[in-house]
Amino acid sequence: MTEMTYLEAISDGLRTEMRRDESVFCLGEDIGAFGGAFKVTAGFAEEFGLERVLDMPLAENAIIGAATGAAIEGMRPVCEMQFADFIACGFDQLVNVAAKLHYRQGVAVPMVVRLPSGGGFSGGPFHSQNPEAWFLQVPGLKVVAPATAADAKGLLASAIRDPNPVCFLEHKGLYRHLRGEVPEGEYTVPLGAARVAREGAELTVIAYGSAVPLALAAAEQLGEDIEVLDLRSLCPLDREAILASARKTGKVLIAHEATRSCGVGAEVAALIGAEAFEDLDGPIRRLTAPDLPIPFSPPLEGAVLPQLDQMKEACRELLAY
Amino acid sequence: MTLSDASAVVDADVALEPALLTHEDRARLLTYMATMRSAEERALSLYKQGKVPGSFYDGRGEEAISVGAAFALAPRDRLCILHRDLGAHFVRGVTVERYLANYMGRADGVTGGKDGNMHFGDRGLGCVGMVSMLPDMALVAGGIALAMKMRGEDRVAMTFFGEGSTANGQWHEAMNLAGVQRLPVVFVLENNRFAYSTPNELEFAVEPVRRAAGYGFPGVEVDGNDVEAVFVAAHAAAERARAGGGPTLIECQTMRMHGHGAHDDMGYVPPELLAEWEARDPVERYAARLVADFGFAAAAVEAIREEARALVAAAAERALASPLPDPALAREGVFAERWEPLGDGAAPWSGWAEGRAAR
Repeated sequence: MTEMTYLEAISDGLRTEMRRDESVFCLGEDIGAFGGAFKVTAGFAEEFGLERVLDMPLAENAIIGAATGAAIEGMRPVCEMQFADFIACGFDQLVNVAAKLHYRQGVAVPMVVRLPSGGGFSGGPFHSQNPEAWFLQVPGLKVVAPATAADAKGLLASAIRDPNPVCFLEHKGLYRHLRGEVPEGEYTVPLGAARVAREGAELTVIAYGSAVPLALAAAEQLGEDIEVLDLRSLCPLDREAILASARKTGKVLIAHEATRSCGVGAEVAALIGAEAFEDLDGPIRRLTAPDLPIPFSPPLEGAVLPQLDQMKEACRELLAY
Repeated sequence: MTLSDASAVVDADVALEPALLTHEDRARLLTYMATMRSAEERALSLYKQGKVPGSFYDGRGEEAISVGAAFALAPRDRLCILHRDLGAHFVRGVTVERYLANYMGRADGVTGGKDGNMHFGDRGLGCVGMVSMLPDMALVAGGIALAMKMRGEDRVAMTFFGEGSTANGQWHEAMNLAGVQRLPVVFVLENNRFAYSTPNELEFAVEPVRRAAGYGFPGVEVDGNDVEAVFVAAHAAAERARAGGGPTLIECQTMRMHGHGAHDDMGYVPPELLAEWEARDPVERYAARLVADFGFAAAAVEAIREEARALVAAAAERALASPLPDPALAREGVFAERWEPLGDGAAPWSGWAEGRAAR
């Protein structure tokens, strides 16, 4: 085990897979000589050569489309969107070509799209979005969102080895602020398996990505018997783990930084409502961003993104219900 | 006086490298074009009989392009084929029966009913099927070519698109990427004069073929109704790509002789324009040329065409006998369990058999 940041764990996972399998290569904007906007691929060009750390023209459909073609031919491309927001410019290739090729033609597309997502640093409306729900409406895409350094490494390795297109949401707010013990060498975390991040009996907070450390902090500060379930994968969704925890505690708060309507929280709430209704001791509640763009100025952004105090308050209300 | 600005290209004589095509090659080229013509006529009649769900699209008048271009490919080359290019599927080994069954949504169609009309590609024959958004497959073909280049292989990817596609931003992205990376890809552009109903003059201010220079690679303009001219251009482009010379844009001048789909009465097309291009029908033209220029007996040419009609008739019977898919299939195949390589396509050109660099 080595302690490293969430960002270093992503680099470590990517580097380990590139050493393991020479068909793995990266493509994106400014990832070669510059090492990427967030330096995930810093030093990669020196180790692997610029051909495997391919700087692409600034055209997201070209990145996704070229990755799709290369994946069909047996490569394992890992695309970097400079910011998750820019996937909008590559959406057509992702949802119409890559996601549907196996269903329509039996053609597997083993590729990863890395998506630096999330707000909290005055990135404004185009550098802060959490677009995971966009992908969840597209059958054929897998979606993962790690919340720890170890998961960032292990889920990335699994995503690279998976024979399908995988959207890998890496939260920018965790990049350098979250540290943790990470296994050395090859390490995988299975897609579709949630993780109990904190055991508890009175209330379950179901979260992923940046909402997980927020939920853990709230639970610690409240000193209550709160369970935190880290989804890790949004598709496939670990339905059994969700239902097991909901049945165990009887109270559920679903938390994510993404906007509210038709988000992951809505889907998880519907699942619990349909399958575990009789085990509930209170209403299923959500803590999310409201249905707003993410504004630039710190007080405005702070008014939109879920905060620790709101998490604590939401937990208190449900515990008291 | 001709109405089409393409007349200077389509009516020009093409100097052929005589050694490229044998007598048998020429017979095959006519066979594929005649088969495409007959198969699409049969499919259209099935559509009119209500046996084809959804819509119907064909490539009447454009047979020389897909047949001539695909004929230049080696087995391990890869293709992304468009909805006007049935001939390319036949060249690579798709049977008429599976084509017709696909149109009818039957279990024996290439997609087994998952996707309709021309939205298919036989993965076992090195083809990735198109999507409706155009020209998305130009980028996918570029990615296939990127993989070939990264591995140092002497293979090429080929893709087709219409001139309508050149208006979309992804066309620019595909051309630019191919130019920057000198990808081994052959872009076959079919200028069939209309994007659905929109004529060339409302589609672009500069001929697409002239834009190739702006991306740093050659643009070649050919008579799209001359199968040998298309073959020669595609062969040269593919060989250049194999040698590391990068992409080529081949603009084939042609005319879409049917509507965008069977629902389109083409009321927007001047009858004189259709008459002009009817006189250049690629199948009739090549049949006549085989007799006039290449020593074929008229009876032999007619026999080839008759064989194609008979083949299609028999295939239609089998396709009609194919069952509809089990509804349970709708729930299968969203995710892959494993990646498997595409298979290789047929490569009927005699040049491969002669060991002209066995690939």
